[in-house]
Amino acid sequence: MATRVLDQHHAHAAAHGEKNGLWSWITTVDHKRIGILYGATAFFFFLLGGVEALLLRIQLGSAENTFLSPDTYNQLFTMHGTTMIFLAIMPLSAMFFNFMIPLLIGARDVAFPRLNAFSYWVFLLGGLFLNASFLFGAAPDQGWFGYANLTSKQYSPGLNVDFWMLGLQILGIASLAAALNFFVTIVNMRAPGMTLMRMPMFVWMSFITQVLLLLAFPVITVALILLMYDRFFGTNFFVPSGGGDPLLWQHLFWIFGHPEVYILILPAFGIVSEVLPVFSRKPLFGYAAMVFSGVFIAFLGFGVWSHHMFSTGMGPLADTFFALSTMLIAIPTGVKIFNWIGTMWGGSLQYQTPMLFAIGFIAMFIIGGLSGVMHSSPPADLQQTDTYFVVAHFHYVLFGGSIFGLTAGAYYWWPKMFGRMLNERLGKLHFWLMLIGFNLTFFPMHFVGLHGMPRRVYTYPEGLGFELMNQIETAGAFVLGVAFLVFLVNIFQSWRKPRNAPADPWNGATLEWAIPSPPPEFNFAEIPTVHGRDALWELKRQRGGPLPEPARVSGAGIHMPNPSYWPLVTAFGILGFFVFLMTLGQTGIWPVIASFGVLLLGVYKWAYEPAG
Amino acid sequence: MTAHAHAAHLETSTGLDNRKLAIWTFIGSECMFFATLISNYLVNKGKSLVGPFPHESWTSPSGQHFEPIFEIPLVTLGTALLLFSSLFVVLALSGAQRGNRKALLGWLAATLACGIFFVGMQVYEFTHFVHRGLGFTTNLFGSSFFTLTGFHGTHVTLGVLWLATVWVDALRGKLPPSKSLNLEMAALYWHFVDVVWIIIFPVVYLIK
Amino acid sequence: MLLRTAARCSFPWPAALGLLALVLAGCSPDNYPQTTLLPRGDFAKIADDLLDTTVRWALLVFVLVEGVLLYAIFRFRGKPDDPEPHQTHGNTTVEVIWTVIPALILAAIAVPTVRAIFETNATPGKDALTIEVVGHQWWWEFRYPEYNLTTANEMHVPMGRMVSLRMGSNDVLHSFWVPQFAAKRDVFPNRETRMWFTAQAEGDYPGQCAEFCGIQHGRMSHRIKAQKPADFQAWVAHMQTLKTKPTPAPPTTPPPKPRPGQKAQEGPPARPESIAAATGAGEKLFLAKGCIACHALNAFDAPKGMVGPNLANVGARSYIAAGTLKNTDENLARWIRDPQGIKKGVLMPNLGVTEAEAQALVAYLRAHK
Repeated sequence: MATRVLDQHHAHAAAHGEKNGLWSWITTVDHKRIGILYGATAFFFFLLGGVEALLLRIQLGSAENTFLSPDTYNQLFTMHGTTMIFLAIMPLSAMFFNFMIPLLIGARDVAFPRLNAFSYWVFLLGGLFLNASFLFGAAPDQGWFGYANLTSKQYSPGLNVDFWMLGLQILGIASLAAALNFFVTIVNMRAPGMTLMRMPMFVWMSFITQVLLLLAFPVITVALILLMYDRFFGTNFFVPSGGGDPLLWQHLFWIFGHPEVYILILPAFGIVSEVLPVFSRKPLFGYAAMVFSGVFIAFLGFGVWSHHMFSTGMGPLADTFFALSTMLIAIPTGVKIFNWIGTMWGGSLQYQTPMLFAIGFIAMFIIGGLSGVMHSSPPADLQQTDTYFVVAHFHYVLFGGSIFGLTAGAYYWWPKMFGRMLNERLGKLHFWLMLIGFNLTFFPMHFVGLHGMPRRVYTYPEGLGFELMNQIETAGAFVLGVAFLVFLVNIFQSWRKPRNAPADPWNGATLEWAIPSPPPEFNFAEIPTVHGRDALWELKRQRGGPLPEPARVSGAGIHMPNPSYWPLVTAFGILGFFVFLMTLGQTGIWPVIASFGVLLLGVYKWAYEPAG
Repeated sequence: MTAHAHAAHLETSTGLDNRKLAIWTFIGSECMFFATLISNYLVNKGKSLVGPFPHESWTSPSGQHFEPIFEIPLVTLGTALLLFSSLFVVLALSGAQRGNRKALLGWLAATLACGIFFVGMQVYEFTHFVHRGLGFTTNLFGSSFFTLTGFHGTHVTLGVLWLATVWVDALRGKLPPSKSLNLEMAALYWHFVDVVWIIIFPVVYLIK
Repeated sequence: MLLRTAARCSFPWPAALGLLALVLAGCSPDNYPQTTLLPRGDFAKIADDLLDTTVRWALLVFVLVEGVLLYAIFRFRGKPDDPEPHQTHGNTTVEVIWTVIPALILAAIAVPTVRAIFETNATPGKDALTIEVVGHQWWWEFRYPEYNLTTANEMHVPMGRMVSLRMGSNDVLHSFWVPQFAAKRDVFPNRETRMWFTAQAEGDYPGQCAEFCGIQHGRMSHRIKAQKPADFQAWVAHMQTLKTKPTPAPPTTPPPKPRPGQKAQEGPPARPESIAAATGAGEKLFLAKGCIACHALNAFDAPKGMVGPNLANVGARSYIAAGTLKNTDENLARWIRDPQGIKKGVLMPNLGVTEAEAQALVAYLRAHK
């Protein structure tokens, strides 16, 4: 039975021109495949970032430890942060943007399939570039936010900062390209009848995320350009002796950096907003409030940046403004939490794994949000900032928030993406280990921070009382490691199952559950017409019961875009441009120009290639 | 009922073609890019430790004298031509949409000529500044000025290249009215580049 | 079976109780010399009061919201074949209430916050003691313009008198953190930042740099020695005698007792030969090895912009290398011989000092109290 299903699938795939094999993956413009590429790559980087964290935790497990030298430690904490933010959380979100947005809005594809593929390849090459620094013993070591003027050539003469600076530029291009694509897709390719206020909440949150990406990344692009000019050409934008100001870097960075943290959390907000209704068997509570609070958070998110700078002595007026704007942004955030609980309230709660992670998200994000409010008061923050208290706060929102949310999404959408269910018992084990390990690792950090342990220190002396809490944190980190091993086991064992998951295993409310698992290349044989929110529940209600298992149709007559390798060529042009910019001193200007030429060639061929 | 994936322009949620929406979105993002560069220029205004300066003369400690560096008449001419080029590209687009090949080719050529003049003017200006003692790393003014106007000039150059390829397409008869969107997208980008200059010109050159 | 029970029981009791025990055990002040939770100065009290306010509200919100969540988890647990629950879409009244109440709570936090912002940014009065702080990679320089004194890594302050810190950096960004009396403030190479505090308890308190500043950011500690005003004045007076030459060390061997009938020796006790020899040799090495190029030995009227810490009173400090090592003879010798091995990347080079030379230098520096 299983083999017959597989044979049918292969026959269908071959008939439809969807091949397997490396070349078909390299030239794919199918948003679902690109989503899987994003997910696999991001998950790999996530595990890499986790190993970096474990190494840090071993070093901090005892006072005056010499497991890691100070320079190695500094490289590892910088890479841990940079990897988790840019190579793990963002692309894991991108996996869901890619796979799910067209399905959720009833579309056959994204607006720009090749631009979509291009963004993946640039992300992959950027991630490899950034990590190639390890091979040179020059991994970035200036912290993930690289404050000037430590990053100047004078104080960081090596390649470390160059790798970080140029790597982030490459990744920025990937993010902008993807954001452009998804913005247009969401605005322009919704199924008939799907007004903005009928979109699934994940689509709304993703939409807001794309807007944030489009507006925030240009700012850090400029900051990195100015830093590059300082380091490579001798300008003095951030160099005090030449009239420049290190504080300018902080402003530019955090004008990007604060919207960035909303970029990191909003997709998880969206996922939780999808999972909770399905597993509570009632609609999302306060849909309009959820939309408007998301929009408000995005707007306001551009007006709070200097709350990262309370210790820089900006003066009482600036401190007051940013304290108040930061407190203000807590209101729409709180509203969301209450709406999620309101969704559960009075429902019929089903505790499968996706729901456990969604609830875990709420519980942990509450804590992270509260410590955030504690930071919003500058005089209090002057004791908290740059200590482990802050490390606790952002791990509660980024791990307890984003990662728990993304994991909920993984368990929820796994059957749709791969045609297989993940095992429930292993899933529950994963959840409990992750919840316990996470809290063991990060809760004590609130205390050790308030008790005087600064962040980014490669060791600490005896006698300050830091040992016990650090030991607990280290133990917790290893529990987390086990949790992810359980997840890996779950993934592997699911791979060996036949590809026969039902189309709608959870009694879902949204359109993706109406098509086979995994979906055919064209997604929908017939583009649906939507009459309200939770369109699928409505449909099931009208029919008086669950939908029949959708048949696999051949999709003959549905024309999908042709695969292309020009996005990859263009991506290599970009990589070359930045690599040779880094080696400008040794290799001169011509390889830079040649790479730009490859880029232009790629773009030209891409533009003139028949899309199909 | 089948739907053609690439007849999207017939069935989009807004009625706008995806590519037109994309170019507007791209322009929105680029606005932030230039806003940041302009802000950087403004933040650094008046902070240079040494001259030459934009609007005042300066004598170096070693006794070298520098006049204010800007040559407003030349830049004003370039600005005017850039502004006119936006009009020309609108006329070219109108020709494209009406199938008027002569209008399309003629006005588009005029657009290109203005664009090329503008870039040439800037190359001349930059070279002249360097000869007169203002280099990229001379002071914060030089660094900020060359960064801001350099990026703008690069955008103009890329716009010229884009319009030139459209012109070549038009020459080879590959730009019928049904494909006028190709020109429209380039024209929108061109207008954006123009608007950025309309902000840069007073902020950098005129306001003291 | 256990998993099924665990799946139904969402609250991790073991972890919670363990953490509670931890919290209760953790709050004894003596265990945490660098804690922010035991303010002993006015600025730190302002910060602590705000922390108190925010923690109280945070705890309240935490208990309420997590409590409601927990309640919902148990109360609304369903089975797959349960009937469809009531399909609520929202409730405007409830939504308004739960928007307004957080706003009010935030206002309750905002009001004391704004007041404290202006308080902490106020300029100290003229009778404050101004101390200039200069951050270096990876040590702290302290100057007392009122007394024309310079020292490093250990700041003496008088209790009960406001200290006004005027701060900067010699190189990159650092942050001066005085958790017991004040809080932290970043220091910059191109602008002055300020902080103030009044020490309200006597004692010796550690602090650390709190802005990542390079390879040895983790080893950039300082100490504040809060003294009774009379003791502080005595310290100042003593430091002002540390001019160009080191003060001779008091003799370790007592002068010979006068034999019966003999008059007691008059005049200052002669420097015992061994110490004179030792400090003399050390002084020669200090010059020959080039230490003098980076380290000044006079606290009074000391030069500015030295690469290394002022050593005028290094013999009396509790720690060396910015809190890295306790200031014993053995550690000082180790440090002189192999700074790179102890604090990799520090600006002090390994100068190939032999053990004997180190001993001489240690004796010389120990004489600098």
